[in-house]
Amino acid sequence: MTRKLSRRDMLAGTAVALGATALGAKVADADAADAVAAAQDAAVTVPADPTKLQGLPTSPLGARSPFVKPVRGPQTGLTVGSSLTPLQDLTGPITPADLHFERHHAGIPVIDPAKHRLMIHGLVDRDVILTLDELKRFPQVTRTYFIECSGNGRNAFRDPKPDMTAQKVAGMVSTSEWTGVPLSTLFREVGVKPEATWFLAEGGDACMMTRSVPIAKAWDDALIAWAQNGEPLRPAQGYPLRLVLPGWEGNINVKWLRRLELGTRPWRTRWETSKYTDPLPGGKAREFTFENDVKSVITTPSHPGRLSGRGWHPVQGLAWSGRGRVTRVEVSADGGKSWQDAEFMGIALPKAAVRFQWMFEWKGGEHLLLSRATDEAGYVQPTRAALLEARGAGTDYHFNQIVGWNVARDGGVTFHGAT
Amino acid sequence: MKRALFLVALAACGGEAADRSTAAVAAADASYPAVREYDRGHFRIGATPTKAQLVAWNTDIGPEGAELPEGRGSAREGAQVFAQQCAACHGAEGQGLEPLYPLLISRDPRGEGFDFASDPKIPRSIGNYWPHATTLYDYIRRAMPLYTPGSLSADETYAVVAYLLAANKVIPDTATLDATALRAVQMPARDKFVPDDRSPTRP
Ligand code: HEC
Repeated sequence: MTRKLSRRDMLAGTAVALGATALGAKVADADAADAVAAAQDAAVTVPADPTKLQGLPTSPLGARSPFVKPVRGPQTGLTVGSSLTPLQDLTGPITPADLHFERHHAGIPVIDPAKHRLMIHGLVDRDVILTLDELKRFPQVTRTYFIECSGNGRNAFRDPKPDMTAQKVAGMVSTSEWTGVPLSTLFREVGVKPEATWFLAEGGDACMMTRSVPIAKAWDDALIAWAQNGEPLRPAQGYPLRLVLPGWEGNINVKWLRRLELGTRPWRTRWETSKYTDPLPGGKAREFTFENDVKSVITTPSHPGRLSGRGWHPVQGLAWSGRGRVTRVEVSADGGKSWQDAEFMGIALPKAAVRFQWMFEWKGGEHLLLSRATDEAGYVQPTRAALLEARGAGTDYHFNQIVGWNVARDGGVTFHGAT
Repeated sequence: MKRALFLVALAACGGEAADRSTAAVAAADASYPAVREYDRGHFRIGATPTKAQLVAWNTDIGPEGAELPEGRGSAREGAQVFAQQCAACHGAEGQGLEPLYPLLISRDPRGEGFDFASDPKIPRSIGNYWPHATTLYDYIRRAMPLYTPGSLSADETYAVVAYLLAANKVIPDTATLDATALRAVQMPARDKFVPDDRSPTRP
């Protein structure tokens, strides 16, 4: 039997790749509708017996199988907005670059790398301005780190609903292998004056995003990254340069980086006062809450998936911490009454996501699956009730509450957020 | 183990201990090879920015407002700028159209005690949440109006800042702002922000 894939089937598989070849990078991040339009004439025939028919020839860009269709979402068409990683469709710690979540405050700028400059100035011995080629002449490192938007999980915290997907619940976290120059190398090169305690990072987008960073982070593990997962950054991730501050809230990892200014105090920009601050009971608000605390989410099974039948199933998910390595993930199949240690599917690197797994023998009953992560700094993922108690219902960022999934007798899986 | 490495690092780094010990600890992390430390000026890569480049790029305005440019504008003039250039998105009364276009003007009584932790619906406005008036100048100059950032003159920016502060009942409707006057503005929320105090028992 030969089946023609419908245009809908093609959405994120061959369609995107063919479109990308024809139209260039623009399509890679275009919304799903564009991808469909670009692929209107591209049809793939699925033979009844692939061992009896020549396959497709080589191609300039590897496409996903037309049966594999992960897409970021929601696609709102907004330039000030976000689009989330489909966590439920992925595995391993690394997020494919074209599925890395997006959060922009003034859209994605188109930047000519030949014209882009990085300026370092202020309280340094020597102000410097670097081209991209010059920056790449410095010694570089490759590191795996997650980036998580500070707003990740807001919907699931405020208004948990059974039909939420893993993407909607926690899709504003992605992990990449970043390559770039350690900021400490650059700061040593220009000579930091002893009185410098903070620096300002500025992006080259249409809001000239600015965030203040304590200088200790530069001496610790900050990177000026130009590459992600083995190739130059995607435009949506800051091409040609971004700041990577491992473990720290997404917004401060300034994309399209063009300027670093060293000074003696934070600048108190709009993105560290009006936004990204955390109101507390007692009429105060925390500022400069940089680290994203330890967190985990089960991605398999998750809504709208289901358990295919009785017997053994892997419960898998992602865990990460902005304070170092995840040291432990526990899974509960009874809503938190008892917990079992999950295993790590790979190596837990500091400030990077790790996949965990726990084998679950389903005998057809109702279950509430939860996951709870612990990090090497001694933090344990809190319940939603504990977050509410500590910060109040008005808290607006940095949600790391325990979440999970209800398994019904028919194998159906729905979100559970009220922990 | 980590502690021992930390002490070694402290001993080795002498004067710069506070900064470099952290780097040494990170480098000692078994996951990755240590980052080699080079001396200042070792590579001599890159040019010195020209004065013109510095002036063109170094436009940020800190909380003290030391960098504020020349120019002036009144709240009354700002009302016009707002009506013509901002109201289409932020609403004629600055009420916004959440979540797309933020509310800019409100002194909702529920916000007066800075009780934002109790209810996400209490509107956070310039008048009740922003700790520094200078941030408003800095932000509008870099990012607004959304589709034509950087298009307002210094006078127009002072004017629209004055209008927003007056409409938020921070300064009188009759006020005019220039650098000196803007530096002197005291925001209602200026003392409300505290350092991060999270701990393993305090999320
Ligand atoms: C085309 C629509 C549009 C226009 C016109 C516009 N804005 Fe905005 N404004 C926005 C959006 C969208 C945001 C949110 C940006 C973000 O979240 O990063 C915003 C954010 C702001 C903020 C920050 C609010 C906060 O609470 O942090 C201020 C202040 C502001 N605008 C002032 C202005 C002023 C003043 C003008 C006119 C000179 C203006 N805007 C014109 C769309 C607009």
